[in-house]
Amino acid sequence: MSLLEVRDLNVWFDLPRGGRLHAVQGVGFTLEPGHRMGLVGESGCGKTTTVLALMGLLPPSALVSGEVLIDGRSVLVDGEQSAQLYRWKDIAMVFQGAMNALNPVKTVEAQILEPMAFHGIAEGAEAKRTAGELLELVGIPADAGSRYPHEFSGGMRQRAALAMALSCGPKVLLADEPTTALDVMVQAQILELLQRLTEELGLALVLVTHDLPVVAQVCEQAAVMYAGEIVETGSMDAIFHAPRHPYTRLLFAATPDLDGEEEVVSIPGAPPRLDHAIVGCPFRPRCDRAFGRCAEERPVLRAIDAGQSAACHLNDEPVGAEP
Amino acid sequence: MNHAITDGGPPLLEVEDLVVRYPVRRGLMGSLTRQPRRAVRAVEGVSFSLRRGEMLALVGESGCGKTTTALAAIRMLDPGSGSIRLEGQEITRLSQRALRPLRRRMQMIYQDPYESLDPRFRVRTAIEEPIAIHGVASSRTDRDRRVMEALARADLTPPELYADRYPHELSGGQRQRVAIAASLVLNPELLLADEPVSMLDVSVRAGLLTLLDRLRRTESMGVLMITHDLSTAAHFADRIAVMYLGRIVEHGPAREVVHDPKHPYTRALLSVVPKRDPRRSTTPQILRGETPDPIDIPPGCRFHPRCPIAEARCRTIDPELRGVAGAATGHDAACLLL
Amino acid sequence: MGVRADLVEEPLPPGDGGPGAEQHRNWLWQAVRESTQAKVGLGVLLFFIVIAILAPWIAPYDARTSVGPPFGPPSLQHPLGLDDGGIDMLSLLMHGGRSSIIVGFAATFVAMVIGGGIGIIAGYFGGWPDLGLMRVTDYFLVIPDLPFAIVVAAVWGPGLVHLVFVIALLLWTTTARIIRAQVKSVRERTYVKRARSLGASDLRIIVRHVLPQIGPLLIANTVLTAAIAIFDETALAFLGLGDPSAITWGNIIEFGFLRTAISAGAWWAIVPAGLCVAFVIMGCYWLGQSIEDALNPRLKVAYLSPRQFRVQALVTGRQDQP
Repeated sequence: MSLLEVRDLNVWFDLPRGGRLHAVQGVGFTLEPGHRMGLVGESGCGKTTTVLALMGLLPPSALVSGEVLIDGRSVLVDGEQSAQLYRWKDIAMVFQGAMNALNPVKTVEAQILEPMAFHGIAEGAEAKRTAGELLELVGIPADAGSRYPHEFSGGMRQRAALAMALSCGPKVLLADEPTTALDVMVQAQILELLQRLTEELGLALVLVTHDLPVVAQVCEQAAVMYAGEIVETGSMDAIFHAPRHPYTRLLFAATPDLDGEEEVVSIPGAPPRLDHAIVGCPFRPRCDRAFGRCAEERPVLRAIDAGQSAACHLNDEPVGAEP
Repeated sequence: MNHAITDGGPPLLEVEDLVVRYPVRRGLMGSLTRQPRRAVRAVEGVSFSLRRGEMLALVGESGCGKTTTALAAIRMLDPGSGSIRLEGQEITRLSQRALRPLRRRMQMIYQDPYESLDPRFRVRTAIEEPIAIHGVASSRTDRDRRVMEALARADLTPPELYADRYPHELSGGQRQRVAIAASLVLNPELLLADEPVSMLDVSVRAGLLTLLDRLRRTESMGVLMITHDLSTAAHFADRIAVMYLGRIVEHGPAREVVHDPKHPYTRALLSVVPKRDPRRSTTPQILRGETPDPIDIPPGCRFHPRCPIAEARCRTIDPELRGVAGAATGHDAACLLL
Repeated sequence: MGVRADLVEEPLPPGDGGPGAEQHRNWLWQAVRESTQAKVGLGVLLFFIVIAILAPWIAPYDARTSVGPPFGPPSLQHPLGLDDGGIDMLSLLMHGGRSSIIVGFAATFVAMVIGGGIGIIAGYFGGWPDLGLMRVTDYFLVIPDLPFAIVVAAVWGPGLVHLVFVIALLLWTTTARIIRAQVKSVRERTYVKRARSLGASDLRIIVRHVLPQIGPLLIANTVLTAAIAIFDETALAFLGLGDPSAITWGNIIEFGFLRTAISAGAWWAIVPAGLCVAFVIMGCYWLGQSIEDALNPRLKVAYLSPRQFRVQALVTGRQDQP
């Protein structure tokens, strides 16, 4: 039984003028304690919606189906009622731009104590002690807790946001673009911190980002999302050296690298709209190796090698066959 | 791949000892208690030059002064002291009025494609605006022709498809191309690109940067690019200038700076840039703490508090940017230990 | 040019920004069209405006001729009764509406021109003009409205035109502050900075970039100011500071009150006029508020509503549409 198991997660949003947006389409993955997984994709691919769904933090216009299991117990089965039982205590999240969303009129310490008191984890002196330990854990001196967020730098605020997320002792941490707004040196510090936390606390980490090199550095495995679904998953090594989906390959090719000497090339076109049902492969219009079957049949995420899966018809073709 | 035009004339843009400071207001209490006047020392003596057909990347973390430097260089800000020359002509002290005709020659691309276009203007109107302001079109047909041409040069083809759209009907990458078209329509000589792709999706960035790259060659423009992304700078720029706390600490050909960095800050920075290939990750040299406030710049070498190889003399002596022994010509660094 | 035609993706079809296009061209009119509150407000306003315009032709009786006893009660010929001079109240109301609405809108117009102009200059140029103009605005803001109106009316003498200016002087300050704040924020938008960096003249920027951006706010503010203007006219006329020779709703109430309509039990000499004023003000408010709400989509408090996303039973395999 895995620590976190997501099965066939689907999320639809009602649109104001009628119709539905199929934002997350059949997403599934598992995660063990101490593992770090990257959820990679560009804007609109559904990665943020996926992690919000794991937390049960979807708006009333959302319709969810599928299963999210933490230690075998279902988080979403009763909607908000069941999600509430796990949120923050078993699974926690650092939101995109969290460092800019801290309460400006409360001290950092108070903001760590708040969820602890609310969820009945600890109170009073014991809680303060725990808060102090948490701050030290994320690299902030404990006595800095009595300061206000605006007195902190960007990097320190992000650490504070991490401490707040960890305050109720969750087993799974979801981090949505935790380093996007930070300088590269501070980013390195935060990524090192995330690595240390997963190792020391046995946390499972889902790192949501559009930045492939960041995932390559921090995570052991990654799931690449496109148009609401996972199109490839595998170890970082495998998906870089032997990508099995054209999008993965082209995304790497579009990412400049300090070491790389090859030309950096854009992917032509744009992701498909998700308010209409898609016939065939959603990546086909932009794919450089699409062939007949791609227009008619939608590929399914299939295991290819040990630990690597991809949703692409090319993997069905015998090696060396021409499309 | 240096496409610079070395025709013996003065460089397109020359900046010498540029200083830009913002005074910090003391307030009433501060004045009464005679607190010393402090200033944000954003740019403290920066010099560089840019030739036509060349792309120079100003690289650094936030607060290093790269944006201020670039804005001062094209006179969007007033410099404190120093000299800025556009093809030999001093523009440091010119009034805004006197600068107006020169504005045609210096254009800027902004970071946010969602904000740099007026949402109420059609694409066509946005591109016509510079033409109307500077009165360069001889007739309506001439004006329309220039608009279509600019769209085509920005790879928005067929232009007719885009001319009558509103910004909200376009993607981020397309909007940025419209912004580029609106800059090209006056045939500028100098283009300042402020983080032109940082708000775009990764799959779109390369196309835009390649466009800029191609334009500076075909139009022989000089491009000054501000970016925090060393990988982008390494791929597209001819030269890189690394800035820290208001100074250039290393400056040289892009490949040189990236593969053979001389300054300890550059070395540390390059070591923490994540790489795509998980097998190639180096041990990052993570500096402790964060960049200090430009208000309280450390004495001596401004990098010494965080420098992994700092010595005693680094606390008192402020190093100059000069050529490094053993490096290619044109590769300078500001470190006492070189 | 050697560039693949499919290298740059297709722009979205016109008018359909996909989910999430909020600030498109006619968003304001669309938002107003979709709001019941706006439609009702506009309807009420138009009703009174039309009646006011057509008053000379559709009023059943002449508004200055006595056609019955003082305070004659409502009857079939005179649905709203007669006033203290025996004049048909319904006709009085129609003509009164004319003057009241004209005075209200005229005062609003003057207030918007002064307030908007000052707001734009102070907001756009900043520095000394801003400082100076805002001090003047503050000065006018702190003057107590009623004594000010009394003094000006006393000095200037009666007359509708004077009334218009008195009211305008009371109202321009709020507009100036609101417009100034908005102009300051628009001025910092990237596309305005861009236009300035191109060398556009200030006039060009104000006319082509700033005004269209503050247009909706100006409209909302105008409508809301009109409500206050009409109320002010009524109040000032009631206090005897208006033009006694004119027929306005305020005058009607004033005469009814002075001529002891209340003790005579002649509610029709006061209440209908008051109701007309109330409805016009409500109409202005409904319309103005819905425009203001449309200006700020974040005011919609969906975020605060209790979370109740819906869950569908697990169905194996991918499903495209539930």
